[in-house]
Amino acid sequence: MERLSFTYPAREAVARRVHVGVVGSGDLEVLLEPSADEDAHVAVTTSVEGFATVWKHVLDRFFTRFEGAAAIEINDFGATPGVVLLRLEQAVEALRA
Amino acid sequence: MSTAGERQRFLARPSFIELDARERACAILDPGTFRELAGPFDRLKSPWLPLQGVVAQADDGVVIARGSIEGRSAVVASIEGAYQGGSIGEVSGAKLAGALELALRDCQLGRPVRPVLLLETGGVRLQEANLGLAAIAEVHAAIVALRRHVPVVAVVAGLVGCFGGMSLAAALCSRLIVTRAARLGMNGPEVIEQEAGLAELDAGDRALIWSLMGGEQRVATGFADVLVEDDAEAIAAEVRRAFASPAGPPRSEQVETLIARLAGIDGEHPPEPAALRTLWAREA
Repeated sequence: MERLSFTYPAREAVARRVHVGVVGSGDLEVLLEPSADEDAHVAVTTSVEGFATVWKHVLDRFFTRFEGAAAIEINDFGATPGVVLLRLEQAVEALRA
Repeated sequence: MSTAGERQRFLARPSFIELDARERACAILDPGTFRELAGPFDRLKSPWLPLQGVVAQADDGVVIARGSIEGRSAVVASIEGAYQGGSIGEVSGAKLAGALELALRDCQLGRPVRPVLLLETGGVRLQEANLGLAAIAEVHAAIVALRRHVPVVAVVAGLVGCFGGMSLAAALCSRLIVTRAARLGMNGPEVIEQEAGLAELDAGDRALIWSLMGGEQRVATGFADVLVEDDAEAIAAEVRRAFASPAGPPRSEQVETLIARLAGIDGEHPPEPAALRTLWAREA
């Protein structure tokens, strides 16, 4: 198990909180809520160690399209980068629904 | 499923099995009444799993939802089978027991609450051992106390099924609704194979497993009450029917019947599953 954290600049406020996903095999859960400051913060807990660079690449890409000041908690159980991006985009979709 | 129309209807049905725990609770409650208690943002996580290198889920795999069923106050406890096999730990067990105990208190104060359990669980979470077992004992006690006031309705839909101490919880409920995909048993097939050997039970033989502990067999032998299709609307309707019709004497109080059933079995030559259906045919 490994814990990672990342910070990204944000441009707009996040109004509500959303929860998607499940900590199941090859899957993850995402808890997204308003950040306490003006930046976006991501706290990752993952069952697979040694993939910090891959997590950074996935989150870098996500934050080119999402500019909300969100506090995001990710609890991961071995999801592939594609599944991680899909879950993050599902959270954003739920946020805007 | 012979005609094209039947196939089309089957494909168009809203699957219950494909829903996650939260969506299942929503599907059971009256539309728009779902309100979650102790949800993921309360972060009541397992304190024990991370110490053992296992990632914890924010709601510990149990969704407790208040709402209404046919306009009557209700509480639904729904277990997420995809997280740790739906296993019951200290926190998830406390959420289940707490929900039932609060429903009991409301019933005692003259405010009936309709309790529904959506069980998808391998039983106690081994990493939390005794704490999970203690919580399951509290769940058992709460079901027995609560069913004197109101029917306690359980659904085992699949695909995990319901095993271990939680299979006893299912057995204690006033009405047990299952699908063909459900399995109900004290020990799961892998455990039996591991402990008693391949000659006793081949856990890889799916047809054999379902013929022994599948939903259809459990209904045919009287260990579950209603067999439904994997259809969220049909399951919600069966839950409503369970509260509308008075429950008979609880299965766990029919001790004489169950002892007589066991007495009719020759342990040296156990009957085939089909023969058991005749031998233990459910009373009409």
